Amino acid sequence: MVETLQNLYLGFSTALTPMNFIYAFMGCLIGTLVGVLPGVGPLAGISLLLPTTFGLNPTSAIILLAGIYYGAMYGGSTTSILMRIPGEAASVMTCIDGYAMAQKGRAGPALAISAIGSYIAGTASVIGLMFLAPPLAKYALGFGPPEYFSLLVLGLLVLGYMTGGSMVKNLAMIVLGLLLGMIGIDHFTGYFRFSYGVVALGDGIGIVPVAVGLFGISEILTTAGQPKRPEVIKPRLKDLLPSKEEFRDSVAPIGRGSLLGFLIGIIPGSAHIISTFIAYAVERRVSKHPGKFGKGAIEGVAGPESANNAASCGALVPMLALGVPTGPIPAVLLAALMVHGINPGPLLIKEQPVIFWGLIASMYVGNLILLLLNLPLVGIFVNFLRVPYKILYPTILMLCVVGVYAVNSSIVDVWIMTLMGILGYVLRKYEFEPAPIVLGVVLAPIIEMSFRQALAMSDGSYVIFLQRPISVIFLVAALTMVLLALKPLLKKGKDWRERLTKAEKTEDV
Amino acid sequence: MTTDRLSGMALLLLAIFVVIETRVLPLGTHSRPGPGYLPLLLSSFLAILGIILITRGRLSSSWRSVKWSEGLHALAILAGCVFTTLALETLGYRLTMVILMAFLFGVMERLKWWMVGSLSLGLSFGSFWIFDTLLKVILPRGSLGF
Repeated sequence: MVETLQNLYLGFSTALTPMNFIYAFMGCLIGTLVGVLPGVGPLAGISLLLPTTFGLNPTSAIILLAGIYYGAMYGGSTTSILMRIPGEAASVMTCIDGYAMAQKGRAGPALAISAIGSYIAGTASVIGLMFLAPPLAKYALGFGPPEYFSLLVLGLLVLGYMTGGSMVKNLAMIVLGLLLGMIGIDHFTGYFRFSYGVVALGDGIGIVPVAVGLFGISEILTTAGQPKRPEVIKPRLKDLLPSKEEFRDSVAPIGRGSLLGFLIGIIPGSAHIISTFIAYAVERRVSKHPGKFGKGAIEGVAGPESANNAASCGALVPMLALGVPTGPIPAVLLAALMVHGINPGPLLIKEQPVIFWGLIASMYVGNLILLLLNLPLVGIFVNFLRVPYKILYPTILMLCVVGVYAVNSSIVDVWIMTLMGILGYVLRKYEFEPAPIVLGVVLAPIIEMSFRQALAMSDGSYVIFLQRPISVIFLVAALTMVLLALKPLLKKGKDWRERLTKAEKTEDV
Repeated sequence: MTTDRLSGMALLLLAIFVVIETRVLPLGTHSRPGPGYLPLLLSSFLAILGIILITRGRLSSSWRSVKWSEGLHALAILAGCVFTTLALETLGYRLTMVILMAFLFGVMERLKWWMVGSLSLGLSFGSFWIFDTLLKVILPRGSLGF
């Protein structure tokens, strides 16, 4: 405990330096904008701004990028409540009761509870991250290649299961991502793989062009020709204060949402979306008035909004403690650390305490900044929604090109982004999820290295993965995921993944 | 033909392509896997997934039911992306972006000419100033110095 407090002191002394404070503020501000604007998700936002952090020290860079990440979770609720359009996918569930409240003239309290819930959940889950990540990292120091391989297989399978939709399609996307991640020089033998004489592909396919193409460009291609958006409801500052009853009704959902979100965030997968879905379902289940849900229940806003913020912190636990990203956004954050020469893994917390504890402290500060930004300034952010999409999308396209080109000053990356944009567009049409591809691309080098090292250790025997107890636990959990995915084939009725997919389709993501 | 069957066929073809491409890479042994070992395993798995989609995909929606109403718009934006990629290092960032923005604002979105001009020039030169001059992210100048 004393050690944790000492480390936290180190973190605050890092986070509260004027420059780091400004970067945390900038990250939160940009994140809120990214969350507010439909079509620019946190993944594309972080990817686009990654090159601008190259000149910063690693601590400032990760503080800025993490600020965008959790800032987007705050901002995403604004469009959900005021326009019934989720600013980012994790705000889908907020659309239901948030917009219903707005239609009843209670947009202000919905926004206020959403911001307060996000603040409480964000702060509580940072405490969880602070206490959970260091012991987990110590434990993970005992992991060898077989354990890492099994853990990564588990991570990918959980992502495949949690993403929703067809498990077969999700697995295919994971495999596609892994294959894309194997393009370039094989680090064991020096062989060029699948690079067809393109020297720039020697280093492999970068995560930024893949993420920006699959999420940014494909979103533009899908939505640019769509009909006009509905009018924006603009709340006044004096209308923001919730009533006593609304406050009272929100306390328990915020608490439950925070806990659920954090726990779900630790599990690999599209944690934010799933956590909001489960939080909403739990609130409706425990409510004495389930009939209110869908017609403007404050619990339907408080629970999911707290859950998605807590999940974004929870997702940082395996990323920082194990060096294993649980989804595409932590994967880009991890790539950002690697760009700055920081090796992610269990030793990160021990070897780079300034980065880890500085990030933790900046998240305490960032959550407070976001509360202050999102309540009184909501009217200003709403004005950004008045920019017509026909002006917005060419601007986003331009930012995509800048962001991708700037990473390596490589035109090949812009080609990859364009190709990934086409791929993402076609995949959406055929109901494939692009998120597993991004994680596959990031994990391919680590998974291949641990796989080949494990086989070398065992002289070619696959039994090694079943001889190590921790590896067996991971593989059993992975098998459980596969069996759970097969359950709907044997049992009639829709499982929660199908309901999640349906909910996402119903709202205009 | 259903969407899942079509997707399954595409995945199967991709898997076969990867298997063929992997032939030039050394497979190694089980104890010393070569650079082609894991790609071969993965492409075999992809082929299995493709076959599952083909065999189980008869109940999914018809491939004709996929709506491409925004297809022409998307195609034009893609053409803009391809042009940008081809021209970025030749014409330079600012000139390429002015042309791309003018195309999207003027031809695709039919904005008024003064808006097309001000937005195209403002965004192109403004973003160059923010990223290149202010944030020191190097953007291409091209042969004309733009």
